[in-house]
Amino acid sequence: MNTASLLVFDALLMLTLVGLAWAALAGSDERLSVILFIAFGLVLAVAWARLLAPDVALAEAAIGAGLSGALLLSAVGSRPRGASRTRASSMQNHTEEGNTRVLQWTITLLCAALAGILAWALLHALDIGPTDMLPQAISANLATSGVSNPVTAVLLNFRAYDTLLELAVLLAAVLGIFALGPATPGYQPAGPVFDGLVRWLVPVLILTAGYLLWVGAHAPGGAFQAGAMLAAAGVVLRLSGRSSIGLPNGLTLRIVMAAGVGMFLLVGLTLLVLGRPFLGYPPAWAGTLILMIETAAMLSIAATLLLAFHGGRPKSHALAARTESANAATSNTCNEEQTP
Amino acid sequence: MINLLSAILVLAGVFFYLAGSIGLLRLPDLYSRLHALTKADNLGLGLLIAGLALHMQDVFIVLKLLLIWLAVLAASATSAHLIARQARRREAGS
Amino acid sequence: MMTAQWLYGLTGCLIVALGLRGALLHDSLLQRIVAINVMGAGVFLLLIAVAYRGPGLAPDPLPHALVLTGIVVAVSATALALALVRRLHAERDDD
Repeated sequence: MNTASLLVFDALLMLTLVGLAWAALAGSDERLSVILFIAFGLVLAVAWARLLAPDVALAEAAIGAGLSGALLLSAVGSRPRGASRTRASSMQNHTEEGNTRVLQWTITLLCAALAGILAWALLHALDIGPTDMLPQAISANLATSGVSNPVTAVLLNFRAYDTLLELAVLLAAVLGIFALGPATPGYQPAGPVFDGLVRWLVPVLILTAGYLLWVGAHAPGGAFQAGAMLAAAGVVLRLSGRSSIGLPNGLTLRIVMAAGVGMFLLVGLTLLVLGRPFLGYPPAWAGTLILMIETAAMLSIAATLLLAFHGGRPKSHALAARTESANAATSNTCNEEQTP
Repeated sequence: MINLLSAILVLAGVFFYLAGSIGLLRLPDLYSRLHALTKADNLGLGLLIAGLALHMQDVFIVLKLLLIWLAVLAASATSAHLIARQARRREAGS
Repeated sequence: MMTAQWLYGLTGCLIVALGLRGALLHDSLLQRIVAINVMGAGVFLLLIAVAYRGPGLAPDPLPHALVLTGIVVAVSATALALALVRRLHAERDDD
């Protein structure tokens, strides 16, 4: 690979990233900001792949651009057109032209100074050179960690406590969303084209999720990317107007939501009782334990991300089935009137 | 030889992407833009994947690339249909 | 010090500054949430640029794991923030 052409590629990618970030935050059109942010996330995934970070690229494309974009788009779409700008300016106590010129320039200069300080610190750190102490420790212990993908080993073995807390953060966010109000209104039942796509896309997504979970032990992949695939399957089910989006209800839903944190705690406390440190896997069992924890984490991540998109507590299946049949009856009559 | 063929296929794919993007910017209304975007980008992706598949040693990776192309084909066709139908409804309503 | 590390790290610094400026100056809550996400993406870029070791060598896996955690936490915070914004608008529309 020619280093000059790689440099041209890097420069183009950098300009595209900065340009998309600037364009997403210029202007006052909310919808445009969200769409440009999704594009920014996808180009960022290309940057991760270029920097030899394939696990992060998968997660960014699925979660950072895909799921975040879906959340933001559904938030923008639910607002009535034209309400965004007037409502926003009346909420703040600003003058008609928004922030004053002085405030804008001061904040811009301060942010530029922040960028300068960060760049100076980066230059200084890169001049000192990388310290390979931690990477060497990771590669030295990789053989006894139970997996051969170093990122999975770090996430689920060496820094398993951080992943446990991350799953707890995810759960806390969804509980907060539950507490804030009912779920967002659903979508109309899909026409034949979208319905046909959903019928074969959802099984493919489930298969891909299982594949990513399994392959995460020795190749890029893992529980987070697999959970995002399952959540995407649920999002697509919701967008096609179905009432059941693949989530169980009642007690099973609560168990699935807490499964990630629960499995971590179960394994950790059992090991503690057996005399080992908390989440310190014995090398012979490490692979199996990691797979068990990853499976529970995948289900939990999928359920919590899907509930975050749902926007609230899902209705019970019986109630949902009744409302769906009522909606289908009314929409069938409307379709008969409208189709030429 | 394989490098040359692969480069030609990738360049052809990039040309179709360029054509689709120019169509997005220059064509007059929503439907023609959707047409340009979907057709040109799907063909561009297919040529790109064909160019990449020539470099792969493992047949499973080629099958995965093919699956990616099929999934993008189906998803872009469906979303173009949904956008066009929504625009039609909005026109008919107003 | 490699060019790629420096280039992508500098991009990260710029994007952090852009995101912060957007988060402070916009009136619309939704655009502030997008700006904070952009700021997060800049921080991730900084981390992964520092973890890069060169075209053939294996990168440092620890920042990759940190960024993976960061992406998931960012999306859950975004979801909670959007639920708060929805509730806020519902309350203000009732007044």
